[in-house]
Amino acid sequence: MAASSDRNPPPFPATEEPGAGLSDMADGDSDEGEDIFVSNSDPVAVSRGVSQPDRASEEAPDLFGEEEASSTLAKSNGVHSDDDNDLFAEANVEPSPDKPGSSDRKELPTSSGPRPASSFTKGPAAMQPTSLEQLEEDEAKDSFDVDVAVTNPEKVGDGMNAYVAYKVSTRTSLPMFRSKAFTARRRYSDFLGLYEKLSVKQSLLGCIIPPPPEKSVVGMTKVKVGMDDPSSVEFVERRRAALERYLQRIVAHPLLLQDPDVREFLEREDLPRAVNTQALSGAGFLKMINKASDAVNKMTIKMNESDTWFEDKFQEVENEEQQLRKLHAVVDSLVNHRKELCGNTAVFAKSMAMLGNSEDNTALSRALSQLAEVEDKMEQLHQEQAASDFFIFEEMLADYIRLLGAMRGCFDQRMRAWQRWQEAQSTLQKKREAEAKLLWANKPDKLQQAKEDITEWESRVTQYERDFDRIGMTVRKEVLRFEKEKAKDFKSQIIKYLEAMLQSQQRLIKFWEAFLPEAKAIA
Amino acid sequence: VWCMMGYVCLCTDATLQVDISDALSERDKVKFTVHTKSTLPNFKQNEFSVVRQHEEFIWLHDSFVENEDYAGYIIPPAPPRPDFDASREKLQKLGEGEGSMTKEEFTKMKQELEAEYLAIFKKTVAMHEVFLCRVAAHPVLRKDLNFHVFLEYNQDLSVRGKNKKEKLEDFFKNVVKSADGVLVAGVKDVDDFFEHEKTFLLEYHNRVKDASAKSDRMIRSHKNAADDINRIASSLYSLGTQDSTDVCKYEHTHKIEARVAADEDLKLADLLKYYLRESQAAKDLLYRRSRSLVDYENANKALDKARAKNRDVLQAETSQQLCCHKFEKISESAKQELIDFKTRRVAAFRKNLVELAELELKHAKVKGLVTVRSR
Repeated sequence: MAASSDRNPPPFPATEEPGAGLSDMADGDSDEGEDIFVSNSDPVAVSRGVSQPDRASEEAPDLFGEEEASSTLAKSNGVHSDDDNDLFAEANVEPSPDKPGSSDRKELPTSSGPRPASSFTKGPAAMQPTSLEQLEEDEAKDSFDVDVAVTNPEKVGDGMNAYVAYKVSTRTSLPMFRSKAFTARRRYSDFLGLYEKLSVKQSLLGCIIPPPPEKSVVGMTKVKVGMDDPSSVEFVERRRAALERYLQRIVAHPLLLQDPDVREFLEREDLPRAVNTQALSGAGFLKMINKASDAVNKMTIKMNESDTWFEDKFQEVENEEQQLRKLHAVVDSLVNHRKELCGNTAVFAKSMAMLGNSEDNTALSRALSQLAEVEDKMEQLHQEQAASDFFIFEEMLADYIRLLGAMRGCFDQRMRAWQRWQEAQSTLQKKREAEAKLLWANKPDKLQQAKEDITEWESRVTQYERDFDRIGMTVRKEVLRFEKEKAKDFKSQIIKYLEAMLQSQQRLIKFWEAFLPEAKAIA
Repeated sequence: VWCMMGYVCLCTDATLQVDISDALSERDKVKFTVHTKSTLPNFKQNEFSVVRQHEEFIWLHDSFVENEDYAGYIIPPAPPRPDFDASREKLQKLGEGEGSMTKEEFTKMKQELEAEYLAIFKKTVAMHEVFLCRVAAHPVLRKDLNFHVFLEYNQDLSVRGKNKKEKLEDFFKNVVKSADGVLVAGVKDVDDFFEHEKTFLLEYHNRVKDASAKSDRMIRSHKNAADDINRIASSLYSLGTQDSTDVCKYEHTHKIEARVAADEDLKLADLLKYYLRESQAAKDLLYRRSRSLVDYENANKALDKARAKNRDVLQAETSQQLCCHKFEKISESAKQELIDFKTRRVAAFRKNLVELAELELKHAKVKGLVTVRSR
């Protein structure tokens, strides 16, 4: 989930079996992951000091030509993991001018790069623009050695039955998977289906199941009609990114990763069509959560919370969700204002150009035209900034609002478990009373049944109590894990955002520095 | 402020220096303290101050416009009316909404709005000052009696705003002017200089108007975005998920962004607005010249007719000579005025564009530094 944003993708080591089509990924999303996991003991990929076994120079990658070859050769000599780490760790920390903000702009900014030794950083970026999700995965997967990417959205079919298929690529070193790298084509309803299956099973245990992005009738209809207009493109990209984050969160979760459904989703060639995903539209999802809360609220027996931790946490979660919603609204407003600013700047630039044309002092006329060009470039910057705001900030907030909802669901599950236990206890009590009555009424034939009932319910009570305790523990663990991930995530996103801003400031400086002499030349 | 006129500083002229030394914003009006330093014998003292309101500036301006003797000069454009309505409304809304936001948010927003109010205030003072200085710098207008009264008379000038009748008259005057404007635009001038100026000014004025409107809109969007960033920063603060350093940096970049928007405003938008008014004044000059040309031509025709009929010839001759004289006088001073206008304009644009570029660079560098330090 979280990743240090300023790590640069290291060069590619030899690619072993890249699964079908992974190496030909146009946007290179999972290429970055490739290097981590194909030779999974490569310290370069993950500057965490994992010691590196011998890497023969023949593994020098061919993918990026000479630059890469020379630099990997350089590092594959003398297998000193520390040195290697230092070399690249240092390079990693520098601002990466090659990363586009967070939008999919493939443009390489011209700002000053990092030190020359990290020439390789330019390589991969030049070939395949990195997606920020990719870098997030890099960090997240270190402990689990699974890396997923969702790429290549393609429209399949025509008309109202059309849908978008995504390529889901996995790279892993875990033995439980059939191979080390593989892909599958999945559509949105498949993702929803996975969520439904997981919810049914895992939520009973108190896990926080990351929710997928919501359905959107409007968005999808536009896509079905045609995928070419910018809003459709944006919608598909949003969804692709959200689906990717969704999968990444799932595989980052130690318990969920073990789930056979997850494995099947990633591995299986053809997945049976998921039905009953209507319930899982955005509204449906919320309804599900709220139904659970309602059930809890209707409980007549007030839970005696021996441990106020849960109560406090729940309150915290609710508050936080509220705040995030507010924040999300403001970020949305910002994105819109920036888009507006874009438009207005472009219009203004044209107007200044016209003014420059009619100005009869030549030097001033030229300066005004230059100004118009600068303003045009500013518009571009604003556009990128808007995309950055959106993809880095707004989407993250939306994710966390959904996740907090899921977390609330966990708490409610725990309450349900408690309820079950209590109900079992009261049933047991009734059975005992029934037995006592039978004893007194002296009906030995029914007594046997009663005794059996009691035994059964006694074991149920024990079972449910154990379940309740276990859920409690799981929820606690989940919450702590979630909070850690969230802090990491937020921090890395802010850093990413500031990086993007730094880049645009640097470009802005260039524009105005070029303009200044023109202004001074007016006479 | 000076940069709009293209003068470096008028204070070099010791014979007459005018500035607005103080200003007070009251409920619905602004009181400007006009301060004069002069060695001219016309004034009773060498240094004195009076308090003037916006309407009195307008009165002075209109008196110039209506004075036939000044027909050949570009009349410095009147300062715009002080407009705090929008700002006041925002402050009021803030006050009403005080209960719905945290104390921090409230104080922050209040500071922002107060800064905005102050900026508008400063600008209106500057606009009024520029007007006076332009008059004081003009070789002929500075000698105007009304101007001296304006500067010296320490009582209220009792200039009421125009009543309905007068406003209606103004309206019709403008209508006639624009009809004439069409006429003027159609007739080709014999003099190349003026023909060129006419074509140039008509187009330039329209384009400045367009650029001014568009720059306003752009700056408003920029300000809206900056406001949003401010709210985001304070929300992040209260969320407490970040360590405060990150948020501080974030907020810092916001303040810079707001300041950039404000500076763009000052430099570019004000410049364009000012030259919108100046180019209008220049157009008015051309119009007056054209009118006098028309009068001259009509007087010629009348003279021919009179000669033909041999009636009232002397009268027609005098009239024609007057018109001729007037036209020539206007043309001569107009030429100089238009040349000066060009010089002023080029200098003003240069100064402002250089300052704008330098400010943008300064802010971008600071913003960049701030961003770097936060990582």
